[in-house]
Amino acid sequence: MYDKIFPPKQVVLPNGKTVQEKRTRIPLILLVLLVATVLSVNLTDFNLRMLVTRIDQFFVIIGQMIPPKWSYFSPVWSALLATLQMSLLGSMIGAALALPFAVLSSSNIIRNRVVTAIFKTVLSLIRTLPTLVSAIIAKFIFGLGPTAGVAAILLFTLSYVGKLLYEQIENVDMGAFEAMESAGMTRVQAFRYAIFPQVLPGFLSTSLFCFEGNVRYAAILGYVGAGGIGLIINENIGWRDYPRVGMIILALVVTVYLIETVSEHFRKKLI
Amino acid sequence: MTTVEKQLLASPRNYGYILMVALIVLFLFGWSLTAVSFQGMNESGLKIAGNILKGIVHPDLDLLLKVSKQSVLYLLAQTVAIAFLGTLVGAVLSVPLAFLAASNIVPKPVSWLTRLLLIVIRTIPALVYGLMFIRVAGQGPFAGVLTIGLTSIGMLAKLYVDAIEELDTRVLESMTSIGCTTFEKIRYGIFPQLLSVFLSVTIYRFDMNMREAAILGLVGAGGIGAPLTFAMNGYKWNQVGSILIGLVVLILIIELLSNKLRARLVKG
Repeated sequence: MYDKIFPPKQVVLPNGKTVQEKRTRIPLILLVLLVATVLSVNLTDFNLRMLVTRIDQFFVIIGQMIPPKWSYFSPVWSALLATLQMSLLGSMIGAALALPFAVLSSSNIIRNRVVTAIFKTVLSLIRTLPTLVSAIIAKFIFGLGPTAGVAAILLFTLSYVGKLLYEQIENVDMGAFEAMESAGMTRVQAFRYAIFPQVLPGFLSTSLFCFEGNVRYAAILGYVGAGGIGLIINENIGWRDYPRVGMIILALVVTVYLIETVSEHFRKKLI
Repeated sequence: MTTVEKQLLASPRNYGYILMVALIVLFLFGWSLTAVSFQGMNESGLKIAGNILKGIVHPDLDLLLKVSKQSVLYLLAQTVAIAFLGTLVGAVLSVPLAFLAASNIVPKPVSWLTRLLLIVIRTIPALVYGLMFIRVAGQGPFAGVLTIGLTSIGMLAKLYVDAIEELDTRVLESMTSIGCTTFEKIRYGIFPQLLSVFLSVTIYRFDMNMREAAILGLVGAGGIGAPLTFAMNGYKWNQVGSILIGLVVLILIIELLSNKLRARLVKG
């Protein structure tokens, strides 16, 4: 299409041959980006002048967070533990559930196309739902409290780990599986001894990675009433008690950093 | 004993290690189980779950398809706009930070400090920024743009840094040896190497920002999140259904597009 409107340039090489050089598409891409930007600026009331005059407010808030209020540590600690419990439980159950889901979605294990299509669709539908939205729905079902958070994290972990796992299973070397089947093993046995060992390290490492992210998600889930650290962040920002918010953020940053380091260590060992 | 059996017995055993890890995992599982209780769950919870399902099956078609300032279509467009502009702001700000954090370009202390800053930016949940920016820019989509911009920096800059540190310096050396100027080296030696990676990372982040933008509405930062919460708190499940359908379809479309674009970028 583009080549028809802007015909390719003819270039005559020194040896007499002519070749065609396609016109660059950069102007078109830039034009599309420019139009998108202008449209977005209109839709979002982007206002540079306000940003310039008011941005110092942001740093005023950050300034008030330093130094953090150290005496606030004990309530932060219990909320932090609740957040960790929430994300641990959700990640563990979610990852465990992801295993059967992934097996049922892999087209090289399950021969029935309808079954794999259904499970793949279910996984991608769950994945599209933002965690916070599923947390709100879970809140209506399980009532206020960490259970709703666990349910939301569970769903997200299931969809994320499930998707990566079935992609791994589908890309696995099927030679060993076929050999074991031909040696007289049932399909379940062949899966257990041929495919499971191949995908296990990847599965564990994805689950650990997902857990890292879930700690961060769990931290905000409190905002919708799922308990944990999000709840006290929301309260204290509401009261404009920024030194306390600073303390919470400091504790959160340190915890997330520690968890990331530990999980990275194990993930490197796995691969 | 046959050779096969010998080989089988010779396989390395680390039962102790596995047992220890299993015990730790079990302990953590038991510990976190204490957080869960089903006391809040009752009859009405199940009824609400049924109502939500009913609402999703019977969405409010008027809200979904009509074009007005409250319609799902307009709000979705606003959400996309927030994500797009936020990604743009974040990408522009990330480039200088990424060069400052690359250990092969700046001295060690500078890169270490920048990395620390990036970790801090990355760890703070988006909602916290959202609440802070609402204090700065007032309620509305503009606060959402600023929030998305700031949260994107953490991940974008980190992935940009990886690309910069993997730069193939032999290209630059050969360009120096044939007498290229600094500008030419940047334009033909560095730029082509980085551009495709940067673009692919940015498109991926845009995909993620769509979800973030949908969430940010909850704190009043524009987009589809606010009407969703209102509809839920008002138990208007058919409105919830139509908003959720719109959101899921949009996110799926954007994911598909972004995967296609990135696949083409990687192939070149």
